[in-house]
Amino acid sequence: MKLFADLIRDLDSTNKTTAKVAALVNYFIAAPDKDKVWAIAILSHRRPPRPVNTTLIRSWAAELANIPLWLFEESYHIVGDLAETIALIIPSSQSTSEKSLSEFVDEIILLKALPEKEKKDYLIENWTKLSYYERFVFTKLITGSFRIGISQKLMTRALSKATEIEEDILAYRLMGNWDPSKTTFHNLIIKQRESDFVSKPYPFYLAYPLEEAVEELGAISDWYIEHKWDGIRAQIIIRNNEVFVWSRGEELVTDKYPEFHGLPGTVPDGTVLDGEILAFPNETIGSFNDLQKRIGRKNISNNLLKNTPVILKAYDLLEWKGADIRNRPLRERRQLLEGLLDLERMEGLPIYLSGICNLNNWKEVTNERAKAREYKSEGLMIKNKNSPYRVGRKKGDWWKWKVDPMRIDAVLTYAMRGHGRRTNLFTDYTFALWDTESEELVTFAKAYSGLTDAEFRKIDAWIKKNTLERFGPVRSVTPQLVFEIAFEGVALSKRHKSGVATRFPRIVRWRQDKKVDEANTLEDLKKMISHPISRHE
Amino acid sequence: METPLLIFNENGIYCKEADVYLDPWHPVDRAIITHGHADHSRWGNKEYITHKNNVPIIKHRLGDIVVHGKEYNEKFVVNNVTFSLHPAGHIIGSSQVRVEHKGEVWVFSGDYKLEDDGISTPFEPVKCHTFITECTFGIPPFKWEPQEQVFKNINQWWANNREEGKTSVLFGYSLGKAQRLLKYLDTSIGKIYTHGAIENMTKILREQVQFPHTTLITRETKKKDLLGNIVLAPPSAHGSTWIRKMVPFVTASASGWMAFRGARRRRAVDKGFVLSDHCDWEELLTAIKSTGAEKIIATHGYTEIFSRYLREQGYDARTEQTQFEGEIDEVNSDKKEKEEL
Repeated sequence: MKLFADLIRDLDSTNKTTAKVAALVNYFIAAPDKDKVWAIAILSHRRPPRPVNTTLIRSWAAELANIPLWLFEESYHIVGDLAETIALIIPSSQSTSEKSLSEFVDEIILLKALPEKEKKDYLIENWTKLSYYERFVFTKLITGSFRIGISQKLMTRALSKATEIEEDILAYRLMGNWDPSKTTFHNLIIKQRESDFVSKPYPFYLAYPLEEAVEELGAISDWYIEHKWDGIRAQIIIRNNEVFVWSRGEELVTDKYPEFHGLPGTVPDGTVLDGEILAFPNETIGSFNDLQKRIGRKNISNNLLKNTPVILKAYDLLEWKGADIRNRPLRERRQLLEGLLDLERMEGLPIYLSGICNLNNWKEVTNERAKAREYKSEGLMIKNKNSPYRVGRKKGDWWKWKVDPMRIDAVLTYAMRGHGRRTNLFTDYTFALWDTESEELVTFAKAYSGLTDAEFRKIDAWIKKNTLERFGPVRSVTPQLVFEIAFEGVALSKRHKSGVATRFPRIVRWRQDKKVDEANTLEDLKKMISHPISRHE
Repeated sequence: METPLLIFNENGIYCKEADVYLDPWHPVDRAIITHGHADHSRWGNKEYITHKNNVPIIKHRLGDIVVHGKEYNEKFVVNNVTFSLHPAGHIIGSSQVRVEHKGEVWVFSGDYKLEDDGISTPFEPVKCHTFITECTFGIPPFKWEPQEQVFKNINQWWANNREEGKTSVLFGYSLGKAQRLLKYLDTSIGKIYTHGAIENMTKILREQVQFPHTTLITRETKKKDLLGNIVLAPPSAHGSTWIRKMVPFVTASASGWMAFRGARRRRAVDKGFVLSDHCDWEELLTAIKSTGAEKIIATHGYTEIFSRYLREQGYDARTEQTQFEGEIDEVNSDKKEKEEL
């Protein structure tokens, strides 16, 4: 445990990526294999099942620190992280533990089945005797995921340096559903085993946003132009007469989408499709809000399946006849994909080819992009016809060119403390628009990002001075500040008080030039549903 | 009801009986000043009364002012009200203000800490009926380590950076924190360089305290001279063009806020050392107990939370709004530091 706690401390002691990778490499060289598996699991957000609920954890920590529970809760809101709060609040200990990370994890897994009294004794014993960083790590293992500024990519890079295995191969091996308590470092990382790969997806290739003028891309004949569909990026794998659906978050979501269960038999074995899962109500592409009804649901009722079915808009073929064809140029993969999705054979199946736009010059491309919302797309994808299917986000071959977001001016009404690096600052905001009838402000969206640190600090100070009411970590504030909010889409919604749901709202800027009564109305927002292209001004 | 001995009005903490303000935030005729930080000693008062060790500090900051220096425990009477200054242990020349009238005693803490930093005169508890206290770090997650341990870590960090061929840049307030860091840096590791704001302030304080030798960074300073050495800089220098001369460098900040991982990342420094000139949670409770006061007024910091806790412990505690800032290492202090340049 000390070794892993030291790693977390070292990662915490630098802002520089190279130093973080170096600390990880050192760990992967020095740690015992069993610990390494768990370290990889933890840093890729896999953790043992939570053995104790956090309500109990909080009350036990408050008891041990000899403070009232409300004071613990207030401290937690300010610190912003439960494990960190506990590590700070309990009297410090200079002792450390000889037990390894995996020994701790094993104990924590067994803890789940123990009676409450024993759970409490176990937590208190360890909180008391571990050092600050060990206590932080220990509590993190119990309460939640490690968010310490280490992406899976960074970890994979370090692992690659430590093992001298290519990064791409490691990314491939680390994908999907592996259980750290049932595998070994050798089996997970070192050993090659073709048979295990039946369900394994390929790492997704992600496009970069277009940065320069589209004309700079050169001859249009080198590029495929497609619409950029607004759904869930997914790979559908058909191997051994079975189907596997993977979302981009490396989550196996086969069970959630029974629509695809009939593919084996029609689509040949040894096929991997890349595309976008979209809601498809009434045989037309639905909004992301429609798709939201399916995301997060494991049990799909017949009614839901009937009213909100899904399809895959397929745009790439990664495996064909059992062979990895990612290195073949896109034009060849596309040809094979089109052949595979032969219309007659696909009749009635929920797989559609994502069409290539037949455009002759960049001006036509620009016009096509302006019409994206009519097609229910987010914009365009521009892909080099000769591009291989790369790993991760790489510049040069694939560009995404999204339509400009919709914008509206809204009033700040509630604020909450942020998390992670925004701990202790009010950075999570709720925004409202005017309801013309009642002349009241109605909440319509929450947004967290888009301002600079300096702006956040200014607004934080303003919030502290203009608080009306407190509800735990949330404060209502004097409706006074106006912000321009951008969002990717808007749809009617019964789940929202305002009756509308916006897609990916974020703050564009603080409209210090606008007074509160100059903010937009809910009607303005609703108008955008029927006239998606027009702006509010 | 009789007017309380001290009230909080739009100008500051006011003693009506004596017509004297304590650390006013708007210009007044007569001001008693607890210490030299900008949120406590502001510009524009006609007459300043403060501890004698603070006189050169506020003269440096505020220029040509009318100021009377007092000794600790020296009683002085203004309009039948007896005042005296008592060590607050916050920075050099920092005081608590004791106010006595007709047997009633109030103490205003200013900013303070209990740990003896070896530079400022250590905090002395003063018996009183009403204690006006700051509570910048008035929640339980704040627990300071003994400064010996912190300085051991800082010197170790410096030595490691030197071994890796890097310059160490350490951020701290130009008044108070910078000198506390300076005092305990291990000069056997290397040379200590300073930013102008820190060099100027330190020069004034050298008349009162012995500090290691420092070298001011100027246009003529060469990058290779700095390599492996340590640079003391105010927080405002972080991210400035001035700092580019130090490449390759590693940064650290020394502040109570560094106890939080989030604050450290927000500040975008590599390393955070938890070192404060304010009380931690336990110190605040200890200090309050040692005054024997029944009435507590919390001014700046986590006032609501802190006073609620005190009420649960049986104190008659409330909060008052002030314009004191506590230990802010963000925008405001940067602005303040810039004013001092």
